Order: sequence, then C-alpha cells, then structure tokens
Amino acid sequence: MHESTKRFSYPYIVWISIIIVIPMILIFFYSVIESSNNQMAFRFTLENYQTVLEPLYLRVLWHSFIIAFSSTVICLIIGYPVAWIISRFSVKKQSTLLILFIMPMWINMLLRTYAWITILERNGVLNSFLALFNLGPLDLMYTDFAVILGMVYNFLPFMILPIYTAILKVDQSLIDAARDLGASDKKVFTRVMLPLTIPGIITGITMVFLPAMSTFVIPQLLGGGQYMMIGNLIERQFLLTGNWYLGSAFSMILMVFILISIWIMKKFDSDDVTQKGKGVFPK
Amino acid sequence: MIFSFNTSRSSGHWAGFSLIWYQELFQDSRMQTAIAYTLVIAVISTVISTIIGTFSAIGIHKLSTKMKAYVLNVNYLPVISPEIVTAIALMMLFRSLRINFGFGTMLLAHIMFSIPYVIIALLPRLRVMNPNMAEAAMDLGATPMQAIFKVVIPEIFPGIIAGALMAFTMSLDDFVISYFNTGNGVTNLSIEIYSMARRGIRPTVNALATIMVTIVFIVVIIGNNLSIKRKIKN
Repeated sequence: MHESTKRFSYPYIVWISIIIVIPMILIFFYSVIESSNNQMAFRFTLENYQTVLEPLYLRVLWHSFIIAFSSTVICLIIGYPVAWIISRFSVKKQSTLLILFIMPMWINMLLRTYAWITILERNGVLNSFLALFNLGPLDLMYTDFAVILGMVYNFLPFMILPIYTAILKVDQSLIDAARDLGASDKKVFTRVMLPLTIPGIITGITMVFLPAMSTFVIPQLLGGGQYMMIGNLIERQFLLTGNWYLGSAFSMILMVFILISIWIMKKFDSDDVTQKGKGVFPK
Repeated sequence: MIFSFNTSRSSGHWAGFSLIWYQELFQDSRMQTAIAYTLVIAVISTVISTIIGTFSAIGIHKLSTKMKAYVLNVNYLPVISPEIVTAIALMMLFRSLRINFGFGTMLLAHIMFSIPYVIIALLPRLRVMNPNMAEAAMDLGATPMQAIFKVVIPEIFPGIIAGALMAFTMSLDDFVISYFNTGNGVTNLSIEIYSMARRGIRPTVNALATIMVTIVFIVVIIGNNLSIKRKIKN
C-alpha cells in the first residue's frame, strides 16, 4: 500500500480527539473544580474527592466491589465446569450447546434482567411455584441476592467463552502424556489443565468483573430504587441531583479502578502464562 | 438461558391463554416509535461507522509506530472504559457545545462507540495482508484509490463484515449510552423497556420478550444450520 494512504487516518485522529479525548479531559476537569454562582467562574479544589471519601460513599464503593467480586467468583465456579463439559462433547453438539449458552446475549440485556423480576417478585413465578408446596413466599426482589443473580445471569457467557476457547487450545496429547506418566485426575487438572487455561480464566474474570463493577441497570431494576452501587451513584449525580462535579469525581475513581484492574490482570496474565507456557511448549 | 422462555408466562398465575398483550403491544405507539428509532439508528450508525472505520483502519495501519500506538490507545478507551463513563463523557461534551439532545446526539454517540470495534476487527486483517499486492496494482497503473477499492477492500472484506455486525448488534443492544445522550422524546427499545420496568410489570414487555426470543431463536437455528452445512462442504 502506498504511504500516502496514511492520510486516511487523519480525519479519524481529529474525530477521536474531539469525541474521546476532550470528553475524558472534561470529566477530569469537572472532578477538580468547584463552581460558584457565576457561570464562568470556577476554582480548583479537591473537595469533590474529599466528598467521595466520606463513609457513606466509601461504603457504596466497598459494596460495589463486594457485589462485583462475588458475581465474578460465582461466574468462575459455574463457568469453568460448564466450559469443560461443553468441550467434552462432539463438535456438532458443542456448537449447539455453545449457542444455547450464548443465545441470551442476543436478547436485549434489559429484557433479560426484566425477566428475572417476573421470576423473583412476590407474586412471581418462583413464589407461585413454592406456594404449590405450601412454601414461601420469599422476598427475593430488592436484595443483594437478586442483584448478584442478575449479574451472574447476564455476564456468565463472558466467563464461559474465553475459558472454553482456552480449553479447546489445550493439546489433548499433553493430558494423555500426564496420564501415561501416572498423574491422577486431580493432578492432571491442577498441573496441566489449570495452568494452560489461565489466560482464558483471566480474560473471563476481566470481562465479568469490569461490567459488574460499573453497571447501574441491574442494581436499579433488581435492587430497587434505593440500592446503591457506584454506577447508580454516578447516574444520580448526573441525572437527578445535577452535581456534575461529584459525578465526575466518582467517574474518575471508577476509571482509575478499572485501569488498575486491567493492568493487574495483564501483568498476572503475562507473568504466569509465558513462564508456564514456556515450560510446556519449548518453542 | 431457558429461563428467558419463562417470560412468556405473565407473572405467577396463569389465567388462560390470550393474545391480548400482543394486541396491545402492536397498538402501543410509543413502543413502535422506539423500535423504529432503534432500527434506524442501528442501520445508519453501522453504515457510517463501517465506512469511516474501514478507511481509518487502512490509514492507521500505515502510520508510524509511535503515532499508531497513540491512536490505538485512544481508540481502545471507549472499549475498556465502563459504558457509564463513556456515556457521561459524551453527555458533558454535547452539553458544553450546547448541542440539543435528541436523535442527532444519540446517532453521534452510537457512531462514536461503534468505530473502535470496526477498527479493532480490521487491523489484524490488514496486518496479515500481503502489502505487495496493492503495490503491484499500483505498479500496473492503478491509482491509490483504485488499489484500495479493487485490492485492499476485497482482501479485508470478511473483517469489514465482522466489524459491521459487531457495530450493529452493539447499537441494537445499547442502553446506557443512549439513555444519557437522548432527549426530545427520542427513545430506543432499551430505554423504553427500562422505563416500563421502573413503572412496574407490564405484560406487554413479556409479549415483546417472547417475540424477540423467538426471532433470535429462528435466526440462530438458521445460522447454525448454514454454518454446519458449510463445514460439511469444506
């Protein structure tokens, strides 16, 4: 290709500067200023960040982390065996099974979450079912349980897919070799399978944890109006109270949090896999 | 996954079979406008972002290493940052520029978050493409434009389709970014469902869910059969 084709990228560079870089700078800018009555006047301050550190908000941040973390762990506990089981079927069945698990992803996420309200609410499907056995009714809606359930349901495919891909990549002869050398099933799993599928696990964790941390739809619908995660806090600051300064500060915190987790996972990923990978595949 | 089929039953009690909610759904004008907006925005934003994305990717591919790293890092930002941050960032931009919220802002927002995916889908294709082919075309007298249209684009076409599909589904499914960047009564399907869910259970949503699940199911089955047939052929 001719060198001159690189000029095709110039309009895009201008575009991303306007529509990606400037807005990000705006968020940062708003997070460190304080308005005064005069529209144009402002002064720099760290007060917004001080507000974030108030116990009330810190508790919300901690709560978001715990909920996102639990959802990720549950996704991993369910996702790994599922990915494993899928990979044991014949190729044709595998694709059918995979589609069964991915299909919900093609249905609008709000509808999927909404479906859970129908199931969990007081007069919902689950309680009607329990009533047949004279059990319940259980108050499941508007609890941590409902929120975590919604997250696991929505994000599980993101855990299954990368792990499944990683499992498929594992050379069957390595497992056979381990068996021939006398490894037990448990050993085969912990010494061969698990290390080789770590890249998939890391990707899965990232792809579940990050959206779980920042979503505001699932907590809003399944946790109820008073339920707070960091996403809801940001939404409120912008749409309800109109405090852009505090909202921006929360966004900056969320952004930093996410960049740190991506960085940690990348590091984890490259450290672990390249070293162990080298041991297995001396290329 | 199969739970989503549960939605066809209105919550709890089964009072008999009726199509009344479907009827109501088809008469619900708000829902219809929302569906229309969703489709129109998805189609327009996919076409625009695929075209811009394709040319930009071809250009980015040729940039110097340093410049390329910068552009790609910025390009990744909307992909990795939480949707809500992208959404409020755009909202602040539009507000600062005093742009009226509505169809235009929503469309711009969709184009904005779609292009990075198109570019990400295309760059690996460009990397494995043989650069001599375009050179050869130009040695044989093709203008750079002709080389791009006759050689490069056919070569990376599968990537373009993949990118366009991704842009289309992302746009169809988007809630957060649309929610913050719309106004003037312009809504899409997700926003409509969200406001309905907040107002309380409406059986029309169940009807809508059933229809969507059915459509997805049919599309998936057809797609699956096609791909299996293709595999057998090969």
